[in-house]
Amino acid sequence: MANEEILKGLAEIVEEVAGVAADEVTADKSFVDDLDIDSLSMVEIAVQAEDRFGVKIPDDELANLKTVGDAVDYVAKSMNK
Amino acid sequence: MTNVEVVITGIGATTPLGGDVQSTWDGLLEGRSGVSKIRGDWPEKFDLPVRIAAQLAVDPTEVLPRVQARRMDRCEQIAVIAARQAWADAGFDMPTDEAQPVDPDRLGVAIGTGIGGPVTLLDQDDLLETQGLRKVSPLTVPMLMPNGPAAMVSLELRARAGVHSPASACASGAEGIAQGWRMIQYGEADVVVVGGAEACIHPITVAGFAQSRTLSTRNNDPEAASRPFDTARDGFVLGEGAGVLVIERADHAAARGARVYGKVAGIGITSDAYHITGNHPEGIGQIGAIQKALRSAGLTAADVQHVNAHATSTVVGDVGEAAAVRKALGEDVVLTAPKASLGHLVGGAGAVESIMTVLSIYHGLVPHTRNLEELDPKVQLDVVTGEPRKMEITAAINDSFGFGGHNVALAFTGP
Repeated sequence: MANEEILKGLAEIVEEVAGVAADEVTADKSFVDDLDIDSLSMVEIAVQAEDRFGVKIPDDELANLKTVGDAVDYVAKSMNK
Repeated sequence: MTNVEVVITGIGATTPLGGDVQSTWDGLLEGRSGVSKIRGDWPEKFDLPVRIAAQLAVDPTEVLPRVQARRMDRCEQIAVIAARQAWADAGFDMPTDEAQPVDPDRLGVAIGTGIGGPVTLLDQDDLLETQGLRKVSPLTVPMLMPNGPAAMVSLELRARAGVHSPASACASGAEGIAQGWRMIQYGEADVVVVGGAEACIHPITVAGFAQSRTLSTRNNDPEAASRPFDTARDGFVLGEGAGVLVIERADHAAARGARVYGKVAGIGITSDAYHITGNHPEGIGQIGAIQKALRSAGLTAADVQHVNAHATSTVVGDVGEAAAVRKALGEDVVLTAPKASLGHLVGGAGAVESIMTVLSIYHGLVPHTRNLEELDPKVQLDVVTGEPRKMEITAAINDSFGFGGHNVALAFTGP
């Protein structure tokens, strides 16, 4: 899956869970500082991303995903494993 | 008495009669019923003896933004909706980083509930059982906790003077008002957002109440099921709803030129220590609560013209309350029993009914008690029937009693 597709899917999840418009969810944005997403919503986003992309996002990895781009790269890497 | 004067400057509600205070008040004056067949097929599925309830007229998820709604239990949703209405009604703008209409350190919240978010608890348990840990929402605990409605309102309105969430069953909403009044008396806050909320119509709550034989089983005529003080009453009708008031130190309200609906003149709280669900047979706790409210307000029984009764439509409860009212206030007071129209909003009841009491004083108008066709001869009081009654009211009492032996009486006076 191309990174653009992952970004699009992730943006839809963020919009569903946190109400941030999907077009604002771009690779350079920080989940916490730019998109104002709290730790509870991050857990929900991770669970939905796992289902959608068929990957595992353990808690210690989740903590490292600061930006939307970090999450896209992590999903892409995991899907190729 | 050296009470600080506490005035009511804002009111908000969402109930089985309507999505706001005006539609609820109009519904009472028109003698409408909020009771209907339970939406959903579960009463049949579990073969429950009770198939009726007083469900909200306006679904809260149609009022709140989608993301905000999905982060809150229904009980929290309706508390927030009623609080926003009351806040706007008091003439306040929503707080922002730049401007807070009330100093956050002087703004409190006291919103009670009987049980909080049991539907969330049960739904999430179902998810755990059927789909495993991953599907359990990280919001489970903040959604189910009984302090959730009060806490959500404090976030919304930026209240930092303390958040209280009394749980005294069917008296919770009235106790919310009482606790807020105390915060102002103690000098802890200038403005408190007070009231109660409940949204627990679910197979297990209906089954539990049905097993305790407290609910009406008049399934074939839902709108006639809740009939306080009537000889044919057979139990209460479970309802859902929220009521919230903005109460304020009188000088604080005067300084900003606020419209005043009336005063919370005094409060009375007692406990029966008699039986976990039954009231004391001589009504000692109920009489005591009314007398304490009068004392705290600096009133005597002769000053009170009107009682907004707790009267839930149970066989024992209604005549017990009538006897307590006669003893505490005499036989000349004029009663109404709003649960005939509203159903029993449990933790929301005392708050919504206090708002109705205040409006009765404000408008000089007591709504009639729907379904009261033949007054139980043991009541021996003047209960308004047929149509609303115009009368001047300078002081009124709202009664609220709850499982656990909780008795709360609130004394309201005009502006």
